[in-house]
Amino acid sequence: MKIEDIVSTGTRATRDGFGAGLLEVGKQNPQVVALTADLLESLQMQHFKAAFPDRFFQVGIAEANMMGIAAGLSINGKIPYTGTFANFSTGRVYDQIRQSIAYSHKNVKICASHAGLTLGEDGATHQILEDIGMMRMLPGMVVINPCDANQTKAATMAIAEYYGPVYLRFGRPAWPVFTPEVQDFKIGKALHLASGTDVSIFATGHLVWTAIEAAKELAAEGISCEVINIHTIKPLDEEAILDSVSKTRAVVVAEEHQRNGGLGDAIANLLAHNLPVPMEYVGVKDSFGESGKPLDLLEKYGLGKKDVIWGVKDVLDRKKA
Amino acid sequence: MADFSKLTELSQQVRRDILRMVFNVQSGHPGGSLGCTEFFVALYGNVLKHSPKPFKMEGKNQDLFFLSNGHISPVWYSVLARTGYFPVAELNTFRKLNTRLQGHPTTHEGLPGIRVASGSLGQGMSVAIGAALGKRLDGDPRFVYCLTGDGELQEGQNWEAIMFAAFNKVDNLIVTVDWNGQQIDGPNDQVLSLGNLPAKWKAFGWDVLVLEQGNNLEAVIAMLRKAKRRCGKGKPVVILMKTEMGYGVDFMQGTHKWHGKSPNQEQFDQAMAQLPKTTLGDF
Repeated sequence: MKIEDIVSTGTRATRDGFGAGLLEVGKQNPQVVALTADLLESLQMQHFKAAFPDRFFQVGIAEANMMGIAAGLSINGKIPYTGTFANFSTGRVYDQIRQSIAYSHKNVKICASHAGLTLGEDGATHQILEDIGMMRMLPGMVVINPCDANQTKAATMAIAEYYGPVYLRFGRPAWPVFTPEVQDFKIGKALHLASGTDVSIFATGHLVWTAIEAAKELAAEGISCEVINIHTIKPLDEEAILDSVSKTRAVVVAEEHQRNGGLGDAIANLLAHNLPVPMEYVGVKDSFGESGKPLDLLEKYGLGKKDVIWGVKDVLDRKKA
Repeated sequence: MADFSKLTELSQQVRRDILRMVFNVQSGHPGGSLGCTEFFVALYGNVLKHSPKPFKMEGKNQDLFFLSNGHISPVWYSVLARTGYFPVAELNTFRKLNTRLQGHPTTHEGLPGIRVASGSLGQGMSVAIGAALGKRLDGDPRFVYCLTGDGELQEGQNWEAIMFAAFNKVDNLIVTVDWNGQQIDGPNDQVLSLGNLPAKWKAFGWDVLVLEQGNNLEAVIAMLRKAKRRCGKGKPVVILMKTEMGYGVDFMQGTHKWHGKSPNQEQFDQAMAQLPKTTLGDF
């Protein structure tokens, strides 16, 4: 596909896609159950609760207990989806996830909303930027960060078909929707959005759209960007990444996360071992966030369209040198 | 009780197993294991409706057991082996490289009988509640059992779980607290007192049973059966089970000093002299 052909059909929060997907997968699979820690509507789980009240568990503000209960439910063959903010889905309960879910290889789907800076006004206490790193370090954990509401819905449904622990990350703000309403979501399969020859831009989550916008502007300047949506950070689609990089020999990675530990590090690790090329990170530089509007925050912390453009120009300079 | 003398003999053999396993590798936790021997023998030998072979993770229409204080793995491994979950000879691999009998219990190496990893304290009760809710959803009438340490109750997650189980009337759940009053750094009352434990559980809405003689096999069996009869009445059931850490070996008894320490050769010989061989045979 050409970059100019990728257009947004409107905006919708990725968490809405989660709520819709949870309801749908609940209809399809009677083993699906859901839990929340006092954030029912923030996660858009009220639809599932209304449809399947017996299969829904309100645990109160007690995330550690929620993770343990989810592990226990999975022992009976249930497929538990836990829902709370990304901050409370990871760092707050890391040891519970590590022991009772990951090490025990339980079929629990940890669904995490309000990830990253775009949570906005609530500020740094809630804006987790380390969650991808924490979760991808756990052996056997699948880590997914879809790019828009449609893809989040598809991912929410697809993870029920996979046996094992999954971390599904999404966000709060209304965000451009540009993937099809109905789509086949394959865990671990990168999505090639636009072909290009000068540089590969690998992006995940909200920043996929940012990368598309940047690539459109760069195309007007005559720079040809290959844009790839890495919705699954673990397992990483190594083949797709190496194929693209062997052609472009230059990489920019964009993610709403710390530069430490996220998608950038995962790709750097892959390339260091296989195909070292110049690479730039678009991500938060070892800092906490703050209160503000989502787009203003992305700009202030270096995660805007212009940051992707600068990243591309920097990496192309290094490629020429 | 026709099989009572067999269970008494099993208790003695389990104590021998615990000490031999720990002595073998000069590591592990003998104190709490010895103190909970009667509990495990009563549970697996008399109370649980379970099917060791083939072991099925889901345990449909069976009772499930979760050990929250995973460090007392020696007693659990011994009882699992001797009730048919895996070969008794495998006890010899405890804590050795490539073993399924890891220092703390885990599903990771596929040891039959284990349904979740434990060791990092305070998590088992939440998992047991989840399993109990799963049984309820499935219309499965069997029970879920969980053992926790007393010092472990200092972990806050337990109180989240205790509050949840009562509010949600999880009444197919029987939690037992190994109330030996000891933890690694000393008596509970000196480290961080649990206060009035029965009153706390009651205030949280549980049906509270206190077992004074947690090292009396007959008393433990009777109490577990009583707890089962108290299920299905809208409240989760807890047994506060008074035990003596290190029970059965005089110099290990009633002190925290043998929580996580192996005996040396001389101490081992002295302990074994107090636990004569049984017809079941050593591993």
